[in-house]
Amino acid sequence: MYVAVKGGERAIANAHRLLEHERRGDRKVPEIGTDQIEQQLSLAVDRVMSEGSLYDRGLASLAIKQARGDLIEAIFLIRAYRTTLPRFGFSVPLDTGAMAIRRRISSTYKDLPGGQVLGPTFDYTHRLLDFALAAEGEPAAPVTAPVDPEERFPRVTDLIAQDDLIERNPPTDPAKPVGDLTREPLAFPAERDLRLQNLARGDEGFLLALGYSTQRGYGRNHPFVGEIRMGEVEVEFEIPELGLTVALGEVTLTECQMVNQFKGSLTEPAKFTRGYGLSFGHCERRAMSMALVDRALRADELSEERTSPAQDEEFVLSHSDNIQATGFVEHLKLPHYVDFQAELALLRQMRRELTSRNTHPEAAE
Amino acid sequence: MSRTAENYRGYNFAYLDEQTKRMIRRAILKAIAIPGYQVPFASREMPMPYGWGTGGVQVTAAILGPTDVLKVIDQGADDTTNAVSIRQFFEKTAGVETTTETEKATVIQTRHRIPEAKLQAHQVLVYQVPIPEPLRFLEPRETETRTLHALAEYGLMHVRLYEDIAQHGHIAKTYAYPVLVADRYVMDPSPIPKFDNPKMHESAALQLFGAGREKRIYAIPPHTKVVSLDFEDHPFEATKFDQPCALCGATDSYLDEVITDDRGGRMFVCSDTHHCETRRAEGHVGTLGTPVTEAAE
Amino acid sequence: MSLAGFPNPVLDQQAAFRAVMQALAEPGCIVPSGAMVGEASPLGPVARAIALSLLDFEVRYHLSPSLAAAESDITFHTGSRLADRADEADFAFVDCAHDALDLARYAQGTPEYPDRSTTIILKVESLAGGPTLAIDGPGIPGTRELAIPGLPADFIAQWAANAARAPLGVDLLFTTNEAVLGLPRSTRILGEAR
Repeated sequence: MYVAVKGGERAIANAHRLLEHERRGDRKVPEIGTDQIEQQLSLAVDRVMSEGSLYDRGLASLAIKQARGDLIEAIFLIRAYRTTLPRFGFSVPLDTGAMAIRRRISSTYKDLPGGQVLGPTFDYTHRLLDFALAAEGEPAAPVTAPVDPEERFPRVTDLIAQDDLIERNPPTDPAKPVGDLTREPLAFPAERDLRLQNLARGDEGFLLALGYSTQRGYGRNHPFVGEIRMGEVEVEFEIPELGLTVALGEVTLTECQMVNQFKGSLTEPAKFTRGYGLSFGHCERRAMSMALVDRALRADELSEERTSPAQDEEFVLSHSDNIQATGFVEHLKLPHYVDFQAELALLRQMRRELTSRNTHPEAAE
Repeated sequence: MSRTAENYRGYNFAYLDEQTKRMIRRAILKAIAIPGYQVPFASREMPMPYGWGTGGVQVTAAILGPTDVLKVIDQGADDTTNAVSIRQFFEKTAGVETTTETEKATVIQTRHRIPEAKLQAHQVLVYQVPIPEPLRFLEPRETETRTLHALAEYGLMHVRLYEDIAQHGHIAKTYAYPVLVADRYVMDPSPIPKFDNPKMHESAALQLFGAGREKRIYAIPPHTKVVSLDFEDHPFEATKFDQPCALCGATDSYLDEVITDDRGGRMFVCSDTHHCETRRAEGHVGTLGTPVTEAAE
Repeated sequence: MSLAGFPNPVLDQQAAFRAVMQALAEPGCIVPSGAMVGEASPLGPVARAIALSLLDFEVRYHLSPSLAAAESDITFHTGSRLADRADEADFAFVDCAHDALDLARYAQGTPEYPDRSTTIILKVESLAGGPTLAIDGPGIPGTRELAIPGLPADFIAQWAANAARAPLGVDLLFTTNEAVLGLPRSTRILGEAR
């Protein structure tokens, strides 16, 4: 005798309870605090803020804890929360030129005003497991140099632009509102503001793979890292009713400006072109990847032939979002009994028909 | 375990904020006015994964009022986990009455099935849609498919379906079988089995389709012509089962196959659980069913 | 003149929307409005309820000349902006008793995006009692009768032109002090019934 499966409600509640238990792990081990995540897993926090499109270290830390360290799940939590927040308006465009620099490197000039600042980087570390860390050894205090508040760090692309050797940033119409793909469905072809927004919250792995593919010849654009800078930038908000601009606070950003080759034309002198990447927190890999993909997506604008995945706007923008991607890939685990049954029935029918044709070939005529 | 209920406090009726509801409502009205056309809408990120009913949930949330009675099914059943989860979501966020009875519901959200009971006027059937574009399996680009719809250029679709016939002797589409709505737009009916396709035609209920990840809403108004694509020499044929439901003996319902042992044992039972239960309550008993007295819950 | 908004915005907007949804899903049916507010508005209480339910800062609206006085009220309550031109409006309000109606001057949508069209909300005295027209199309089992009094003389011709543009074209919502009646672009007027 067959009794249909029931009790979905109870199963779900119990599964979630078990999940909570697993998240906590062995209760003899002290529970991790969100402050510890925020302080000691800060790059995970940065990634969650970037792809979650919400600058809030505390919430990102909570999301990482709740998601048991699954960063895409944490990003999902942040996105779902973000979408319920009221919007007050847009900030004044951030001035990364006025960034309080913590790291700044250029691969195009040996030295430049402000200098090369290595800052906190994994670069040049030897990737050897540090067993002292397992024993909770305290690191040495950092070495600091006196800060000169007058020190300026002009953007490398601005320096190149002084000689008119790089394209100007495309002029923007201040009257035209900046697009927001979370409020308007994306239509193709998309403008660069929407493309950059899409990439800025795109999956790091996806951007990395696409950026890499351009280097290997799939949409090659001969990039140089004009500059990578990381540090704090002030966020300002304009209140037109009061006629004043107020500072809301500061955010940590990583900006990458790629300088790329461009042939020029008969009428136009050859110039370098730009690819731009920006990310919350310290996310160099994603800022660089984003800059490569941004440049690749400008193919039409720069009259280049579109031949490769990274240059294909619809392909890139439609598949960059890991929350959409993970949802749809994972939806395959939902029940599909009905559709599978429909396929099964047709398959069986076709096989029956074939058998009958083979046994009675004359009937098939 | 009241923590879950706590989480919803502070959210608006039916979760979505009013601005989002207005945006979705405007899209729904356009969808009704242009039957079968996919209206782009600014789909929001929902607290459930894309591909798990976010489009249907947003449509339901936008139309739902306090006097509505909601039914949620997945694969025809009220008790599949995702149906349970979505029903709970609306119980918590909208506090609406829910039901498993098709006849009692004013709004029915579904994934992959149309209930067996004939739907009535003023009922609304909300479909969860994964890929709204019927031409997507021919052409992955939105820019291209949009032009094809604009020109009502559906020849490519017919060619592809005919290739199936040439190769298999059948159109090899058994679910998400494309339909022509009101003689104008070819539409994807969501992955319902083609068994259900005829139920869309001239239905008394309003049918709304929500695709959250793909950001599209479309509709079939009540009493609208809906024709499954076919050919004169290969007319559309709904799937038929060669045996009745093992529990209620129904011969006109869509059946799930259940494997009962590892020696080839299997049985077929109604996928629409409410339909099956109703029939058993009326005294119908299939070959493997039990009389209704102890079968309930 | 300052008019009140909905006493219970969340539920009232939902009720007003559902009436409009039903009206467009069942063209020609007289649907009692689910919510009304501001009898003194030049739009009339039902059209105003529709405005308060569907308009916000993301859309623009247009007013026929004799409804111009409604602007401050609509903008105040919805945040929607008045469109400079009729064909830039997502919603338009027309007083059929006092203003001319020209369906072709509103946004008709494009072949790729037929939804980018104007929804026109018309103020009429009554939804019944006029010359009877037979209509058919999606949402109508067989045919249905439409008998709105006081329509412009060339309305049938205008509507035929609108239907000929389908899937492009405008959608109409006729409103009185109590009810709403929808005429989406997919509806055809077959002619005078009997």
